[in-house]
Amino acid sequence: MSLISPWRSDFPALAAFEAENQTYLDSAATAQKPLVLIDALHACYSYGIANVHRAQHLPAERSTQAFEAARQKMADWIGAGSPSRIVFTRGATEALNLLAYGLEHLIQPGDDIVVSALEHHANLLPWQQLALRRQARLVILPIDDAGMVDLDAARQMIGSRTRLLAVSQLSNVLGSWQPLAELLPMARTHGALTIIDGAQGAVHGRHDVQKIGCDFYVLSSHKLYGPDGVGILYGRNEALNQLQHWQFGGEMVRAADYHAAEFHSTPFGFEAGTPPIAGVIGLGATLDYLAGLDMVAVSAHEQSLHAELMAGLLARKSIRIVAHPQTALVSFNAIGVHHADLSHLLTEQGIAVRSGTHCAMPLMKHLGLAGAIRVSLGLYNDSSDLQRFFTALDQALELLA
Amino acid sequence: MNALPTAAAQVLERFQQAASWEQRARLLMQWGNQLEAVGTEECNETNRIQGCESLVWLIDASSENHLHFRAVSDARILRGLLALLLLRINGLTRQELDTIDLADWFAQLGLSRQLSPSRSNGLNAVLQRMRELADTKT
Repeated sequence: MSLISPWRSDFPALAAFEAENQTYLDSAATAQKPLVLIDALHACYSYGIANVHRAQHLPAERSTQAFEAARQKMADWIGAGSPSRIVFTRGATEALNLLAYGLEHLIQPGDDIVVSALEHHANLLPWQQLALRRQARLVILPIDDAGMVDLDAARQMIGSRTRLLAVSQLSNVLGSWQPLAELLPMARTHGALTIIDGAQGAVHGRHDVQKIGCDFYVLSSHKLYGPDGVGILYGRNEALNQLQHWQFGGEMVRAADYHAAEFHSTPFGFEAGTPPIAGVIGLGATLDYLAGLDMVAVSAHEQSLHAELMAGLLARKSIRIVAHPQTALVSFNAIGVHHADLSHLLTEQGIAVRSGTHCAMPLMKHLGLAGAIRVSLGLYNDSSDLQRFFTALDQALELLA
Repeated sequence: MNALPTAAAQVLERFQQAASWEQRARLLMQWGNQLEAVGTEECNETNRIQGCESLVWLIDASSENHLHFRAVSDARILRGLLALLLLRINGLTRQELDTIDLADWFAQLGLSRQLSPSRSNGLNAVLQRMRELADTKT
């Protein structure tokens, strides 16, 4: 059965790629954009842009309204409850750095900061560096063969010294959903704050942050079919109130003197300087688009496509899949073949996949892998993409044999 | 642009005759097999190039007047690219290394993308290391 994405034509880049013989299977790195977003960006600049939350004039009023409407849409999309719980950042990485600085005052020497062994550098290095700044201990939760955080080990390792628990919702290398429902209460019992890196998870299915029950949730616009340069930080009110300001400048300040200043609370106190205005408005357009889709159908399509990808790889004897991917992506290697060679030959054939350590060097070392090829899917991919990928894969493996 | 050494001119002719990506890939892998030998003891941290997705070791065996590098990688295609790079560079003077247009060399071979500014590409890191090594000796 050949799967056809009914949403493919909503994304102009897919036709453009096809015209230049490129097959895009790297959506976990960044996603293509729907036409409605491109139109929104175009409209933003062609009808006139103005800075937000500053001037009284009509263009400023229009910009500010569209900007704040996007905040509301984001709050609705992830079930934040209130737009005041949404902070716009320049990316998911910046949102995690914001947390690592904003929560620094809560960390004392000897405290534990807990992350998992599968974290992307963005959800590892800010905590590693925070631990170093505060002489705290960075605790790494091990993962099992399926690519999930080992809950028995976590029960032992999360304790009274734990101040923060930061884990991914969906691994960008292993494609495994993490057992948040079991993990988060372990941290909560000990009064630790919980941070979820939703950069990958937020793109697959629709998630309610209040149901997840985390203190903070971070996601990336550009992976969610939105513009790049925009990240989102959600926090529960009590959690947001614990943040100390970290970047200083225009608009985040309530009153300033030469030698002292008072700052706004969230969200505005954490949006120093001119935000990515058009990017946020564009994200609003993407969220309108996504909200109009039948998410059950989208998820079903993505799951079927993922199953087809898995089956095709498993059918090839020399392929070794990394862990047990559940959705969105598959990382793999071919026996006796360097991933860089395979990647080179796939690139030659117009297959856009990612190769290397996927911004998770410690995880790859932990798995004993020098690297891997990662195929990742978006809602616009369909069987034709996978067929081209498999044809190219067979050709490449034949050449390298 | 300096005149190509004979060996470089020959390899260029063969690559320019390669009509398909498969032929180019085969040629690359063949050339990779012709790299000068590098001993396992030379594959150490000092000789390893940082910033490559694959493991690459570069050994400077240059004389006073002429550059001479040996290199090896654990990836086959990259070994081929290294061979093509060394073929063009070995025997040059240090001054010539600064003036040579390597982007043009790889473009003529039909491999221009291999010198792209993308950080994931190893060849640029190799070239940068060669220039550093050449500079420290002048």
